[in-house]
Amino acid sequence: MKSKSRLPGIYLAVVTAISYVPIAVTIIYSFNHSKISSVWEGFSLEWYERLFSDADIFVSLRNSLILSVLVCAVSAVIGTLGALGVKRTNFRLNKVMAYFSSVPIMIPEIILGMVYLALFSFMNLPFGIVTLVIAHASFCIPYIYMMVSGRLFAMDPSIEEAARDLGASPFEVFRDITFPAILPGLLSGLLLSFAMSFDDVVISIFVTGPGFNTLPLKIYTRMKTGVTPEINALATLMILATTILILLSWKLNKTGDKAEEEK
Amino acid sequence: MSMDFSGTVSKGRKRKRGRSWTLLVPIYIFTLLFVFLPLIYMVYLSFMTKAEVWGFENRFTLENYKKILDPLYLRTFLNSLKLALISTLVNTAVGYPYGYFMAKLEKKKRDIMLLLVMIPFWTSELIRLNGWIIVFRSKGVLNLILEKAGLIDKPLKLLYNYQMVVFGMIYALLPFMILCVYSSVEKMDWKLVEAARDLGGNAAQAFLTVTLPMTMPGLLSGVVLTFIPSMGLFFVADLLGGNKIVLVGNVIQQQLTKGRNLPFAAALSVVLMILTSLFIAAYRRITKTDQLEGLI
Amino acid sequence: MSEDLLVLQHIRKSFGSDDVLKGIDFSVRRGEFVTLLGSSGCGKTTTIRIIAGLEEPDEGRVLLDGKDITKLPPNARSVNTVFQNYALFPNMNVEDNIAYALRLRKVRKPERLKKASEMLELVQLAGFEKRMPDELSGGQRQRIAIARSLVAEPQVLLLDEPLGALDLKLRRQMQLELKRLQKKLGTTFIYITHDQEEAINMSDRIAVMNNGVFEQIGTPDEIYYHPRTSYVANFVGNANIYRGNDGVFAVRTEKVKIGDEPGCVIPAVVKEKSFAGGQLRILVALEDGQELTVSRFGINSELVPGQKTKVGWSAEDAVPVIDDGV
Repeated sequence: MKSKSRLPGIYLAVVTAISYVPIAVTIIYSFNHSKISSVWEGFSLEWYERLFSDADIFVSLRNSLILSVLVCAVSAVIGTLGALGVKRTNFRLNKVMAYFSSVPIMIPEIILGMVYLALFSFMNLPFGIVTLVIAHASFCIPYIYMMVSGRLFAMDPSIEEAARDLGASPFEVFRDITFPAILPGLLSGLLLSFAMSFDDVVISIFVTGPGFNTLPLKIYTRMKTGVTPEINALATLMILATTILILLSWKLNKTGDKAEEEK
Repeated sequence: MSMDFSGTVSKGRKRKRGRSWTLLVPIYIFTLLFVFLPLIYMVYLSFMTKAEVWGFENRFTLENYKKILDPLYLRTFLNSLKLALISTLVNTAVGYPYGYFMAKLEKKKRDIMLLLVMIPFWTSELIRLNGWIIVFRSKGVLNLILEKAGLIDKPLKLLYNYQMVVFGMIYALLPFMILCVYSSVEKMDWKLVEAARDLGGNAAQAFLTVTLPMTMPGLLSGVVLTFIPSMGLFFVADLLGGNKIVLVGNVIQQQLTKGRNLPFAAALSVVLMILTSLFIAAYRRITKTDQLEGLI
Repeated sequence: MSEDLLVLQHIRKSFGSDDVLKGIDFSVRRGEFVTLLGSSGCGKTTTIRIIAGLEEPDEGRVLLDGKDITKLPPNARSVNTVFQNYALFPNMNVEDNIAYALRLRKVRKPERLKKASEMLELVQLAGFEKRMPDELSGGQRQRIAIARSLVAEPQVLLLDEPLGALDLKLRRQMQLELKRLQKKLGTTFIYITHDQEEAINMSDRIAVMNNGVFEQIGTPDEIYYHPRTSYVANFVGNANIYRGNDGVFAVRTEKVKIGDEPGCVIPAVVKEKSFAGGQLRILVALEDGQELTVSRFGINSELVPGQKTKVGWSAEDAVPVIDDGV
């Protein structure tokens, strides 16, 4: 059916345009010579130069990358094993556990921040990378668990049985059948976890320790202290990186779709 | 179930059945240690007495909760609730049609739109807010344009007010709503709508009786994913509201960092958690949906 | 070496409070085509899952070639299954699906691909090597599933309602093809169906299952003409069950005489008249409330519903059966 109205198109265009204003402005002003004024005072790479000589930013970028990778690894293992375990056992407690494990994504982040601050001081854990990994894993595990679990329960159980029947050991069944089936879910979960962990401010601010700054925390403190054009430069680079990553995963999905369409 | 552990031939099978529970060990331990116990600890803390400097004394008190009833904090709660409700409503009003129209585009255009939604969705909220600050600050882009156009002679104070915080919150969370709605509209079986039209329903009736109920799970997850964060994203109020706009999230943060009042922060968190859970439970009751759907 | 390849001894299985198998005994000879026939929920699928090793019986033993395999995992048994929904691996193409069992046995790639091609030829799907399962029709998937199970050269092939999802025409064709395949390979087939016609067409022997027990095991002729119980008579032969003073009898619908035909002694009232599959079917009620169906090919009876008439049958057409309430 063809809708003759042009209204939907206009609506989409307007809302999209508005949502891109801050992104466009950030990119444009990262090249503006002027520090304070919004007046265009000529093209300049000054803020990029300043950014690249800012060792602080690089340290926090490295910290953030390490943190997100660790969080992804921990969450992938715990979440995937958990989903497999729940599928294969029928303990009554599983439902309760699944409910509680999803609580961190069902409550405002600030509560998690508060709770972990209290808990880690009570446990006498040194604030830093360890506390950050635990706190971030708490909201990444449920995503991975849900996505893997969704795949597992959508899977036809007779496919695993067929593999067993044809002579596969439990390990071979996992390698050849189960893992390929859950992989797309695991990857989406990992992508989301990485982004959530990499961008997190609210929880990190409470559980980080002296000497371990993440990139968003660094950006946040700089933004609070005033006008900082090098943040524009950094933001531009981050938007660029995000766009490239999205396009890449898009391409990968596309080739997958193509293979499927060639019937 | 037979419990014969003797035969050697039965080894493989027993192993499969017997070891599955070990897969659960990590998630059970993590959930118990880092989700369940902390929540209990939070409730416990909220009934304890604040210590002189930092920490608390194991003395039961209702003081923390009484303190919340203080008009100052009560107003904060109301303000936050109002903000969360407005931001959720506006996001629904803006995001639902957006996701709906988007899902009805032809494949090529839809892919491009999806890409355009994905970029802000995956970009840090801080960075996107930073862009708005450049636009709205007193020497910002908007004031510059207005001045050049001769509409104003002195910069307007656009930042650091409640409206701006509301705007920032809506902006930060809109992509969540759009993607949730989009994924459930995209999955819809349009034949049902045609059937409804065929049975004599007009477009509005078909929408209300078929499309809306069928996309309810997407809308529910959209509401949950915009309402919950908007109760706690303190940095939005911090950056766009200056020190003037105080939300529950900011109070909790201040109690932890400046006030050093752990029990009071815990009590605030407990109340905040109850409020959000009540809201979500009520919304589920009304819409009769239970599934959350569509994140990526 | 005994002639029995597979023996089930006193198999019991329950799920919770549901007794699915109530102590079944059964043996299958080498090279035989045996069908487990029964309506859904009778326990036939559980029976082959136990043979395959996908379920463990609560009691009893499974012997394959004289060896106790009751507790052997499915991957250690020379028994393969064709699943009802085919269960092709969605992440592998046809060739890899078929060669999977060989890959597990570490057969080298060129050899196993050659074998896969041979199997495809056997099931008349040569050239389909690189297709993905979701690009195949139901009938094609069916054949691939059979090829995949046969490639491992199992001693017993279990087929769980393999034709259930196909349309009638394709079913008929596949029935013949399966039978041809079984003859050619000499593999023992244990086949599950709820379709008595299918069972009769294909099997060397049929085991009729009901409520977790075997009602009767025998050749199609035995089952059809000499049902042991009223259930078998009704389920397999669509026979009438007549409960008289001198016992319970199965009378096949075409053997019931009606109206002016000689030998009609029992008063009855015509209740319904219908045509189905070129047959005239008349439902009559006896005075004691029992209902009987009478069927005739190509005869246009003048009987109309409500009309009083008489029915009867000759003594040799009334097969005495054990009454199990059907």
